[in-house]
Amino acid sequence: MLPSLVPLLPTENDWITFDIPSLIQNFWSATFDGLTFGAIYALVALGYTLVYGVLNLINFAHSEVFIVGCYAVFFTLSSLGFGPSAPRLDIWAIILNLLLALVLAMLASAVTAFLLERIAYKPLRQRNAPRLVFLITAIGASFTIQYLIYLWRGPSPELALTMFRPTPIFDVFGTIVDSQQLVIIIAAVIMMVGIDRFISKSRTGRGIRAVAQDPDTATLMGVNKERIIITTFVIGGLLAGAAALFYVMKIPSGVQYSGGFVLGIKAFAAAVLGGIGNVRGALLGGLLLGLIGNYGQILLGNSQWTDVVAFVVLVLVLLLRPEGILGTSLGRSKA
Amino acid sequence: MSMTDGPTPLRTAAAEQAAEDREASPKAPGRSALRQQGKRKSGYFSDRWHALSRQQQWAFLVIVVVLAYLLPLLNPPIITTEPGNNFALACFDMARFALIAVGLNIVVGYAGLLDLGYVAFFAVGSYVAAMLTSPDSPYLHIPYLWTLPVAMAVTMFFGVMLGVPTLRLRGDYLAIVTLGFGEIIRILATIIPAMKGQVGFQNVGHPPGDGADGTPIFSNSNGVPWYWLTLTIIIIVTLLVGNLERSRVGRAWIAIREDEDAAEIMGVPTFKYKVWAFAIGAAVGGLSGALFAGQVGFVNNQKFDVTTSILFLAAVVLGGAGNKVGAILGGALVSYIPLRFTAIAEYKYLIFGIALVLIMIFRSQGLLPARQRLLAYGRTAMNKITSRDATETKDTDKPPAGPGAHAAGQRGAEA
Repeated sequence: MLPSLVPLLPTENDWITFDIPSLIQNFWSATFDGLTFGAIYALVALGYTLVYGVLNLINFAHSEVFIVGCYAVFFTLSSLGFGPSAPRLDIWAIILNLLLALVLAMLASAVTAFLLERIAYKPLRQRNAPRLVFLITAIGASFTIQYLIYLWRGPSPELALTMFRPTPIFDVFGTIVDSQQLVIIIAAVIMMVGIDRFISKSRTGRGIRAVAQDPDTATLMGVNKERIIITTFVIGGLLAGAAALFYVMKIPSGVQYSGGFVLGIKAFAAAVLGGIGNVRGALLGGLLLGLIGNYGQILLGNSQWTDVVAFVVLVLVLLLRPEGILGTSLGRSKA
Repeated sequence: MSMTDGPTPLRTAAAEQAAEDREASPKAPGRSALRQQGKRKSGYFSDRWHALSRQQQWAFLVIVVVLAYLLPLLNPPIITTEPGNNFALACFDMARFALIAVGLNIVVGYAGLLDLGYVAFFAVGSYVAAMLTSPDSPYLHIPYLWTLPVAMAVTMFFGVMLGVPTLRLRGDYLAIVTLGFGEIIRILATIIPAMKGQVGFQNVGHPPGDGADGTPIFSNSNGVPWYWLTLTIIIIVTLLVGNLERSRVGRAWIAIREDEDAAEIMGVPTFKYKVWAFAIGAAVGGLSGALFAGQVGFVNNQKFDVTTSILFLAAVVLGGAGNKVGAILGGALVSYIPLRFTAIAEYKYLIFGIALVLIMIFRSQGLLPARQRLLAYGRTAMNKITSRDATETKDTDKPPAGPGAHAAGQRGAEA
């Protein structure tokens, strides 16, 4: 029995390492890459967090809202003539094309989220269904959309598209930051600041916070709860669509029927890490999770560890600080 | 549901109960008719089944069980899955799904916790069986039948490990954590060399015994002995689960399912019983995983998609969450439909995904609804309260109602 234990030990071969020198060496590049992924997680996490804040529901189908956006990006760009090699267009044409893809992806995702709410969740809300019923419906809806895509596009990922060749922009701590990373991080942060202002300043945002705090009182005060719920789903969809563009930009081969699944879990973990129901929490949680995942991957020596690390973070947060870093503040604090 | 939710959960529960009561009476005849033509014996369940005497119930059950055992030998013409699929193997698959559904039903149906990574426990059970019996694994080898309890113990351990951090919180978190866990197990099976990734483990063991021609009785190609073994295990597990259901544990689960806050206030240690439900459910999942590994004889990382978890969930929900007979029926159906109608097998995930949504919207109690009333008090007490005719009550009260009912009644009285 004793010698048979040897293969379990990590020294035998390097499926798991604890490579601190490699982490130190790659620290800054891992940081920028992690922030890029984190920005994408954060945009998707916002969709989870907003719906959770308003309805107290984990919208499992949000990952499919996101993947629909990815397909919209793919079809828009491939019909515009983008292919596996970098396009020979001047920079303004590329920007215009990408903006078009962004708008269409946001629309596609928002429409998916809207239909989802109308078809699957509204009938349940109307008859005050128990929580378990909501969750099962959510996972069923997620599954349905996923396999509709599967039957339509098959199991293999779509052709990888290159939107533009990442060019080095500047040098920080000996690490080159390229245009792709910069575009994703800046665009995502602008959107997140925008959504934060929207939630805290605008009339609709106030309505969302009111419904999150107390749906019944909000209704009595003249807030149209149904409209707020739809708005929340649509905002989540819009952000998921934006995230889809950045995701396809970062991982061109990631457009696949099941591509949203793992990203959805990571985005949810990000939302929980920051404090679910909290808009700023989703931002912070997303960026942190992106960093932790990337560091963990380098430390442990295999890219597949990213998912495991994200999962372990989720469990640890639930164990140690279930309200997340910033607490749950869209409505009241929840246990 | 948190304490700050105030009266909302109570009101929700009350409204639901009222809605249920309203729809119960007018729909009852139609419902039982539907069930009668659809499935054997299910039509008798709610009222007529309880109107039968204990002896009649046993007689009926014996017939059903004997028929179930004979099923692969009879190979009934319309029901059979041939020529598309070997019927005996199909029977084993149905039994496997039924066993899984019985296990998942403890978690989802009784305790009302959503476990979306049940396939992970199934995978753990399979790997335990494979790593302890396959010649490809360098570890200790034990006889196959011993791997069944070992697999249960190991998966139970995993269930506790996963349940303790998440079950203190609201049920939603459990759903997403289990969903993640299902994926993580697959990833770990890929990257940890000891788990052999896609290469997997060949020649997983099987129960002992050789046939007349020297080939093992429990071979991969012959589903009948495997089916019988699984069916026997299902019967044992169902009996045990039925006893649990009628015990203090079962009542605690149902209280948690109906309203966790109220249960906590009434002194039910909800966390403890949630972990129990989760761990017991996990153990049954591990058991079925070990059986599957034995029958197929080969385990690798490709067999445990998270999507399979959703099929398991569909089985429980379709049959009726909280009803163990419903779970068996649902599990068998979810496995049977794609095997019988091979033309739609390709669409099975889509079909069961849509089915999940539709069932939740239109008939959230499933084919066989869970019994709501007086679960704890046994049939005598139930007859006393439910029968409108006083004389009839006396009649049914007099004959001894069997040890099970008495014990249940006494336990109910104690509590």
